[in-house]
Amino acid sequence: MSVSKKDVEYVSELSRLSFSEEEKENLIGDLNSVLGYVEKLNELDTDDVEIIVNPYYIENKFREDEIEPSMELSSLLSNAPDKLEEYVVVPKIIE
Amino acid sequence: MKLHKLKAHELKSMIKNKEIKVEEVSKEFLNRIHKTDEKIGAYLYKAEEEAINCAKTLDEKIAKGEILEGLGGVPVAIKDNISVKGMQNTCASKILQGYTSPYDATVIKKIRGNNGIILGKLNMDEFAMGSSNENSAFKKVVNPWNKDYVPGGSSGASAAAVAAFETPLSLGTETGGSVRQPASFCSVVGLKPTYGRISRYGVVAFGSTLDQVGTIGRDVEDCALLTQNIAGIDNKDFTTVNIPVQDYTKSLTKDLKGRKIGIPVEYFGEGLDDGVRKTIDEAIKVLRDSGAEVKECSLPLSEYALATYYIISSAEASSNLARFDGIKFGHRSKEAKDAIDIYFKSRSEGFGREVKRRIMLGTYVLSAGYYDAYYNVKRQIIAN
Repeated sequence: MSVSKKDVEYVSELSRLSFSEEEKENLIGDLNSVLGYVEKLNELDTDDVEIIVNPYYIENKFREDEIEPSMELSSLLSNAPDKLEEYVVVPKIIE
Repeated sequence: MKLHKLKAHELKSMIKNKEIKVEEVSKEFLNRIHKTDEKIGAYLYKAEEEAINCAKTLDEKIAKGEILEGLGGVPVAIKDNISVKGMQNTCASKILQGYTSPYDATVIKKIRGNNGIILGKLNMDEFAMGSSNENSAFKKVVNPWNKDYVPGGSSGASAAAVAAFETPLSLGTETGGSVRQPASFCSVVGLKPTYGRISRYGVVAFGSTLDQVGTIGRDVEDCALLTQNIAGIDNKDFTTVNIPVQDYTKSLTKDLKGRKIGIPVEYFGEGLDDGVRKTIDEAIKVLRDSGAEVKECSLPLSEYALATYYIISSAEASSNLARFDGIKFGHRSKEAKDAIDIYFKSRSEGFGREVKRRIMLGTYVLSAGYYDAYYNVKRQIIAN
């Protein structure tokens, strides 16, 4: 599986990242070299191995539905790049 | 003996014996930071006012006859990817410049609750991606032992600050060696506890199935002290386990009779420096002399660890870092022409080269057609 320029452009679209032509060329090289390195994993037979996501078996951990105060609105809004009263401002989305 | 050269447990007992005040200890380290950090580059934020205020409160408690349990008034410096209310949390990235944490991470709540003092926020590789600290968007950190050398990473400043006596204790984070490797480079003790031991609530996520908070100090007892004061189950991080937290400082005995220690042969292969090998051999001798049974063992899948790490951590990072979009917090590009363009421009301007490289790699391996070939197979290898 070799990464092409088309792949880089497709993945950068998914990642919401834009690159110059030179950066794209570098990425093709970078990605191919990492993917070439990880190819050694194909030596391993993992057909009968179960997937784990946590070293401890934890499933469906429930907690009480307790009402707690929310974070202070002003401390959250003070981090917004653009705001109006209690709203975060973004450019118009619907035409 | 200079105060800043004392270890955390020594400072704790001096405070307890009323030989020094909490405020004096905090001031000593803040002065030390002023004197040396220009050369080291470890601190991105110095919490002078907060630290002194907090120290005064603790001194008042002592004056009322209270004994400070837990951290006992000792300062701790925090990697800049762990949320401390009212302080910055940049992850050493331009995308989070100007952001102020509106809440405390669980580990910070515990440090405050256990009488610790927050000294400031520490430099790192951007979003914890790197192993030299050269990926910080703000400034580089040097190794205090030799300024031409790197301190390691990604928690390079957490190790360098302890080695340079700019704090007795620090918190780092580890996804694939980011606490232990810089601790080794800076000749201090770094502990990466087992996944599930410490809450990650309030810690900026990188690879969620691997991330863990770690402690750094100048000896094992100091690491034990800090670890036992931040560990435990947390209903805000469902991967934490319900296993009681012991007093780890009390388990540091010299008697290791009945303990079996495995030395994986794979770790002693090609590329191991002679000096490192000698040091490990000396450590093994100490363990043997203390009564432990030391045996060679084999972890045959070790050679696949790095490749597996690259796939899993990058895939998870590409998803975790999707939240940095320039909308609710963090950098928003001034050049954007519409809403979607805010995402593209803010992220492209805000993230550094290595972070973008890993997001691209992660998105590629998770994209249609490659998910099973890469990500799922790697999870199976971890299972093995």
